[in-house]
Amino acid sequence: MTNGFQIVVCGSLVPDPLQTLEPVTTPQGPGLKNETMLPSVLDPWAAHALFEAANLAKQIAGSKVWLVSLGPKAKLQQLMMTVAQKAPFELVAIDGSASGFTDAHGVAAALADAIGAIPGLDKSRLLLFGGCASASRDASVTLQLVGERLGIRDQFVGVDEIKVQADGSFSILERIEGGQYLSSTCQAAPAVLAWATGNLPEPPNNPQIGMANMRGVMPALQKAKPAAVGVGGIAYEKTEIPAQKRQTRIVKDATADEIAREIVEWIRS
Amino acid sequence: MAKIFALLHTESDGSLPKAARETLAAAVNLAAQTGGALTVGVLGAGAAAAADAVAGCGAAAFITVGDHAVAHPRYATDAAAATALVQAAGAEIVLAPNTSRFARCLPGAAHRVGAQIDTHIVAVGGEGGAVHAQRWFYRQRILGSFSRTARPWMLLVDGGVCPAWQGPAGTANAQEVPVAFTAEDQRTTVKGVQAPAADAQTIRPDAVLLFVAGAGWTKKQKDGQAHIGDAGVLIQGFLRSAKASLGSSKSLVDIQSEGQETLSFMSHMNQVGQTGSTPRHAKGLATCCHGEEPHAVGWRFINERRAVNLDPNCGWAQGKADVVYVADAFEVITKVNALLNA
Ligand SMILES: Cc1cc2nc3c(=O)[nH]c(=O)nc-3n(C[C@H](O)[C@H](O)[C@H](O)COP(=O)(O)OP(=O)(O)OC[C@H]3O[C@@H](n4cnc5c(N)ncnc54)[C@H](O)[C@@H]3O)c2cc1C
Repeated sequence: MTNGFQIVVCGSLVPDPLQTLEPVTTPQGPGLKNETMLPSVLDPWAAHALFEAANLAKQIAGSKVWLVSLGPKAKLQQLMMTVAQKAPFELVAIDGSASGFTDAHGVAAALADAIGAIPGLDKSRLLLFGGCASASRDASVTLQLVGERLGIRDQFVGVDEIKVQADGSFSILERIEGGQYLSSTCQAAPAVLAWATGNLPEPPNNPQIGMANMRGVMPALQKAKPAAVGVGGIAYEKTEIPAQKRQTRIVKDATADEIAREIVEWIRS
Repeated sequence: MAKIFALLHTESDGSLPKAARETLAAAVNLAAQTGGALTVGVLGAGAAAAADAVAGCGAAAFITVGDHAVAHPRYATDAAAATALVQAAGAEIVLAPNTSRFARCLPGAAHRVGAQIDTHIVAVGGEGGAVHAQRWFYRQRILGSFSRTARPWMLLVDGGVCPAWQGPAGTANAQEVPVAFTAEDQRTTVKGVQAPAADAQTIRPDAVLLFVAGAGWTKKQKDGQAHIGDAGVLIQGFLRSAKASLGSSKSLVDIQSEGQETLSFMSHMNQVGQTGSTPRHAKGLATCCHGEEPHAVGWRFINERRAVNLDPNCGWAQGKADVVYVADAFEVITKVNALLNA
């Protein structure tokens, strides 16, 4: 492993998960009530991918990280105020809808075009990172589609660990059913790694990294090409929040014995 | 007449996973609703025998890729095999189980055959040539009903949404579809499955009950001390007696990755919620967990829900659980374990 990896992380913004989301119909298809006003965060699984990318780049000399984000330009700019302080990266921005109702096929095409246009990208060193699913569309297909478009045939989904060997080969742990891992080795880059949570805590804000990143962020936002992503081939018939509120019975002032009896009865029923 | 293709895979021992039989049932229904013709494809170790095991499903044809190259789940070989099967079937509608194996490789196969793909399908139905589906958006917050007119269309059906197909085995006379696997397809070597040690096996998808532990188990209690050791004994004791599956809040497993003392048998794999899993169980019991929305979205498919929390205003009390016991989980679970073991 002489030259290091080129790690491209695909990740965009999603509404802060603490917000209430309500579907509405717009001329472009389904959307969220007050969508433009909702506070956003970096898509959580993509954020894990970004932290893992930064960690890997730090370990392997000559590596570099790009963050490729498709979202409304103004919201991306806001998001970068926090995200840029977390890890060193070069931003590639694409201006378009980040709605969960957009079609993954169109999004993947826009991402693949933007990645293909990164100057000096060397596919033999490329690791394409992202979240194993978004918190918006939650489809878990976009990264694989981008990988196919870029001709990458080694792909891993639900990754929690990568360990790189001296010769550039690497081993991977992917989450599978029943709390188990599938363990694989891959000879070399290029590869797609769609991350689950990985093993790193969220890095603290680092204003120095933020300053360094921001020098590239504003020009990247200015250069952001518009992408006409939308509902694509999906004909939506209905979007709804099915009633799920329960009539909660709150049991106060019962003894631990009484509660335990009730719980055991319920478990056995 | 729609050409419906049920694309299934085997486990490494040659058996069909439950999710595959569930998808087969969905495909049999869809073929009946649309008057379509059903083909079944099986990929993986022992594919031909697995086709025999479902020979009585009424499919007009069975095709397989049982080549050694697909004995284990690997993106490149699985994507190549799935591509060959979908093409051989001339499929218009492809139903496949949303297992980790197919979630990995079928988006790529869809790209190669010019198909559109949707995942986490929770309902599918049709009439005539039209097929409609449902899936959740924004991590189980918004349910969408939709269709596509483009064909082929691949739909990955979530586990647990259909009863598994049951019927007679027979002789499927499956046709093996040849696939030209390249050296490039085999740059990845599968080493095997890492299962947790038997006593650390805490995730049990087939369990009736999900037991969720929250960060409260590690917090200072009324005597001003944390009791992490006791918490571990109580939780593991409960799991053994109730044969429950163990879930966690994010805060509890994050404590571990931040290097603080916590419960050694828990990992991010146990995490339920926004950035965790969305398991399916008949019942769920949350303990020392606040029930904040990013956690509670992972409970979408838990039918009966109860919580034990010291705080009467916790999230569970806001219409997210059927019953909230305002009590000390250490005391309650001690008594519960005693009753379960009596
Ligand atoms: C982007 C993002 C993604 C997220 N994803 C997830 C996710 O996937 N899953 C998830 O769980 N969270 C997720 N969260 C975090 C979520 O918002 C909450 O912070 C988290 O769920 C809180 O965990 P907790 O309830 O265990 O801990 P706390 O909020 O600390 O609650 C502890 C609870 O324990 C109770 N308690 C303490 N001692 C006792 C006792 N002796 N007996 C009974 N009760 C007791 C307290 O009353 C309290 O309610 C996410 C947040 C964000 C921003």
